[in-house]
Amino acid sequence: MSLLSARLALGWLIGGEWRAHPARLALTAVAIAIGVALGFAVHLVNGSALSSFEGALRSVNGRADVQVNATTPFGFDEALYARVATATGVADASPVVVLRATAGTARFTLLGLDVIRAAQVTPSLIGIAPAGVDRRTDAAFDGQALFLSSAALRVLRVRPGDALTVAANGKATQLRVAGALPGVAEGQAIGVVDIATVQWRFGRLGRLDRIDVKQADGTSTAALTAILPRDATIGTSASDATRSDALSRAYRVNLDMLALVALLTGGFLVFSAQSLSVARRLRAFALIRTLGLPRNGIIATVALEGLAIGLIGSSLGLLLGYAVAYAALTRFGGDLGAGYFADGSVRLAFAPAAAVGFFLLGVFAAVAGSVLPARIAARVAPAAALRNAGDMIDPRTPVPWIPAAALIAVGGVAAQLPAIGGLPIFGFASMALILAGGIAGMPWLARTVLAPLARRSGRSVASDLAIHHLHGAPGQAATALCGIVASTALMIAMAVMVTSFRGAVDEWLGQILSDDLYLRVEGSSGFDPAAQAVLRATPGVAGIAFSRQVPLTLSADRPPVTLIARPVDARFVLLDKADRLPAGTIPIWLSEPAARLYNWKVGATVTLPLAGRYAVAGIWRDYARQQGAIVMRETDYSKATGDRTRTEAAITLQPGADPVRVEQALTARTPRGLARFVSIARPATLRRYALELFDRSFAVTYLLEGVAVLVGLAGVAATMSAQTIARTREFGMLRHIGVSKRQIVAMLASEGALLGLVGGIAGIALGGIMAQVLVHVINPQSFNWTMATRVPWGIVASVAGALVIAAAGTATLAGRRAIAADAVRMVREDW
Amino acid sequence: MPYPFTRRFKRLSTGLLAAAAVTLTAATPAATDYPTVRPGARFVFPREHGAHPAFRTEWWYVTGRLETREKRDLGFQITFFRTTPKTDPANPSKFAPKQILFAHAALSDPSVGHLLHGERAARAGFGLAQARIGDTDVSLRDWRIRRLADGRFVATVKTPEFALALTLTPRQPPLLEGKDGYSQKGPLPEQASYYYSVPHLAVSGSLTRKGTAQPVTGQAWLDREWSSDYLGGGAVGWDWTGLNLDDGGALMAFRIRGPGGRQIWAGGSFRRADGRVVRFAPGDVRFAALKRWRSPRTGAVYPVAQRLSIRLPEGVRRLDLNPLFADQELDARRSGMPVYWEGAVRTPGGSGYLELTGYADPLRM
Repeated sequence: MSLLSARLALGWLIGGEWRAHPARLALTAVAIAIGVALGFAVHLVNGSALSSFEGALRSVNGRADVQVNATTPFGFDEALYARVATATGVADASPVVVLRATAGTARFTLLGLDVIRAAQVTPSLIGIAPAGVDRRTDAAFDGQALFLSSAALRVLRVRPGDALTVAANGKATQLRVAGALPGVAEGQAIGVVDIATVQWRFGRLGRLDRIDVKQADGTSTAALTAILPRDATIGTSASDATRSDALSRAYRVNLDMLALVALLTGGFLVFSAQSLSVARRLRAFALIRTLGLPRNGIIATVALEGLAIGLIGSSLGLLLGYAVAYAALTRFGGDLGAGYFADGSVRLAFAPAAAVGFFLLGVFAAVAGSVLPARIAARVAPAAALRNAGDMIDPRTPVPWIPAAALIAVGGVAAQLPAIGGLPIFGFASMALILAGGIAGMPWLARTVLAPLARRSGRSVASDLAIHHLHGAPGQAATALCGIVASTALMIAMAVMVTSFRGAVDEWLGQILSDDLYLRVEGSSGFDPAAQAVLRATPGVAGIAFSRQVPLTLSADRPPVTLIARPVDARFVLLDKADRLPAGTIPIWLSEPAARLYNWKVGATVTLPLAGRYAVAGIWRDYARQQGAIVMRETDYSKATGDRTRTEAAITLQPGADPVRVEQALTARTPRGLARFVSIARPATLRRYALELFDRSFAVTYLLEGVAVLVGLAGVAATMSAQTIARTREFGMLRHIGVSKRQIVAMLASEGALLGLVGGIAGIALGGIMAQVLVHVINPQSFNWTMATRVPWGIVASVAGALVIAAAGTATLAGRRAIAADAVRMVREDW
Repeated sequence: MPYPFTRRFKRLSTGLLAAAAVTLTAATPAATDYPTVRPGARFVFPREHGAHPAFRTEWWYVTGRLETREKRDLGFQITFFRTTPKTDPANPSKFAPKQILFAHAALSDPSVGHLLHGERAARAGFGLAQARIGDTDVSLRDWRIRRLADGRFVATVKTPEFALALTLTPRQPPLLEGKDGYSQKGPLPEQASYYYSVPHLAVSGSLTRKGTAQPVTGQAWLDREWSSDYLGGGAVGWDWTGLNLDDGGALMAFRIRGPGGRQIWAGGSFRRADGRVVRFAPGDVRFAALKRWRSPRTGAVYPVAQRLSIRLPEGVRRLDLNPLFADQELDARRSGMPVYWEGAVRTPGGSGYLELTGYADPLRM
């Protein structure tokens, strides 16, 4: 009988199974659906956020071929414009001043352009004066004329012809809305004013932030690179894309991995459900095999079932994932609350390739989860299977432990390998290998743990029976354990990592928030030296340390680091410190991510896009700025940049001073124009805020983790109940030889508890190892920060407890149902 | 004078400049900040060759004929414009748009059958674009026209399709148009420009096409004009011609057309070979179409061959103007420019350029 002619038999087998146990199959399909949905949703949200972010970047850039970008917010000397415009390979060049502007409470990007140059280089950035406004003026060169994108018109609630006071760089001026910017993409708040006006009115005389370049055909940027000073870099669309990708790539990849974990646990659920389904049908399979079905017929049958589950589950999952992504985007924004993409709305972009990918992954998980148990079943001789539907593994044959140990060992080695392209590929591989090794080692562990117990007897009938059953049917025990171990391990690994991270952040916040009050100016303006002196003289203030943070581009394809100018004293806690610095260098202190990203060591001399020679004096811990930060003495900063404005201040109060009073006094002494941008906070508030931010950015992590746990527990429950139901005959037999119903239930509860306990302990151990990979490999490689391990003992204990209770509970419940029928009928099942 | 600079300027940067251009063409009160063109100004050379930045608009407009070594006849046009927008004079920024410069170049080759052209525009400054005061020296990146100490003009332009490097040697003194350079453009006396021409410039230099340079010689006409407010309301376009006559005479004539082709104003001058000048009143000039050509691109119908009648003391003289080839329409809408016809023409006993504006669309006044 060929496979093809066995269609009828296969049809009966599958159809019969589905008619008999629709709920179980539906559950497995749902498990796959959840895995696919989560993976797809996370991917969609990330992809949409990234493309929106890149779209925003392209909008502001106006799609120039190449750009010369300033490395600091102070821009570069405008004389560079003439040199760039006449450089080899430059067809045209458009000078740009870029400012973050506010009008009322709305924020937008203000571009100062030369309309004639922009018309050639970045035509999407110039406006058209709509009919109806006064056409008897030099609208194009009118210093008052402000052209706004549709999004900016909306947020500012203005129409062409309206007057609007715009503030930027600490200065405000009145402009007139002259028209729209139809070339700017929807959703980007951009305003365009004549470049001369922006330079004059917003204090940027002599400075440019950007030069957009139109290249002559077939030329490289080499000639351009050669003439650039330190404070400018070349940017192309490729480097822009790399930079915006680098901004959040590690975060996105980690979320993708978590989503895959959910899919993996879904696969486990299919595996456990199908294992039992196969076990129950062994006799049926055997019968059909004796009638001529080839061995692979069984595999084909179960694989087809898996395929059906996969198809249904994956289709459901895609729909669900799309819905979840839509809900998440509208509710939390494109970075799911992690704060990577500050502004610009995100539109959900359907990703066909990803949809196909996740669909196939779901189908693959379901088919693989089905084929594995089927292969084991197919190996059993039909004659033996016909008579005995018990465990297929002989408890007397020793279980190999070498494959498991080898997998874990390889995983350990993989954890030592470096990141690839800033992504901890080997770290994830290591975790997968360790997990696989742990699961592969389960039969061996179950045997090793249960063997000594099985040798001893004399306890209650129920527990004796339970131990002997588990010991005698190691295949079933291992199947149930796999699900438990996998979900526990992942759950524990995540919990340990998040606890370690949160603990480290909390401790770090304690270190950095050592002053009494913190003051900060929002926006790009700040306190000039006079205002600083006024604030310093506030009654009740013992000390006030002003600081300034500015973005500093060190490399065109990386997001800028934050340059922090502040006083540096002994209170500055360092991870590493240079003993001495080269003579004539200015000390800078790198945050840990900055040191790792740019591979700078303490004591090394480095070049910054600022005047002077710099050397790394130390490395400090920072969990706030993933793209890196550099601390410089504020005196050195003023010398290098000439910038004496400060945007932040840390205040020490005199003993006994009332913080509330001082706060009020500080507010009163703030220059008038700045008052509404100034916020003052106490350390406790900031700490709470920072931890809230942390929790928000991990919200999705928690969610994914929770789903993985639920799917895992559902797998455990399904396994337990299926195993129990499959043993109806056994219970009938036990009843016949005098075991009471109560004892049977107790036996099942013990079995469940034992499985939960063994699985839980193994899972926790495995999870602990995986947590080390997460904390010490994946986290540093993804985010460039290190931390110490902190174990959440409470969570560990409750996970172990929950597992034991869930396993015992489901076994008991299923057992009650199984023994409800009378003993005679139960035995009759044995034919 | 009659160059459709206003329209060209208007559309240059896809509409943004529209309002500025409309200001140029309309008789607006804004012009009160600019000097008014009045009769009686005394031209001093070489000062007048240089820029007059106080005035709203100004141009250096060269048209002429080129002959290649193979004796092929070509027409060329090289034009530099300057405009002074109304801006806040207090703005200390080097980007302050105190002067805007534009340039345009076109080549008429009968074997090509249509115009080849290119353009430049920039605000003055940064050494990239400037118009010198005191003598001719206007440059826009790699485009430049300047007057050498010996009185010759040197012009260089580069477009993707051709490049010209020409030396223009004056052989006659400047011809002051209108009343000693005061050229009225409409019924109102302030609708006027300062205007002089330098006809019969001897041309030598090189023409580069497809990467190969070849020497060329020829004859050209320079128009210099500056004004703040020179077009009356109601005009939709104009016809203009400047002719170098073989006997050494020079003739310039223009008419400003209203709706339906009605002549609103006309003028011009004729300098005889002996140097005596006849100036034309509006009634002395008549343009009549001999042949019309319909542009397949724009559908505009241009009177590409015209009979020009001028009243001289000895009687009416008629000159038939025949184009080098019909399709000398400049359709530069792709680069935000207007559509008009600017072509090399021949006339019995002379040659020059004919300019026909406002035929594709009426000029917005």
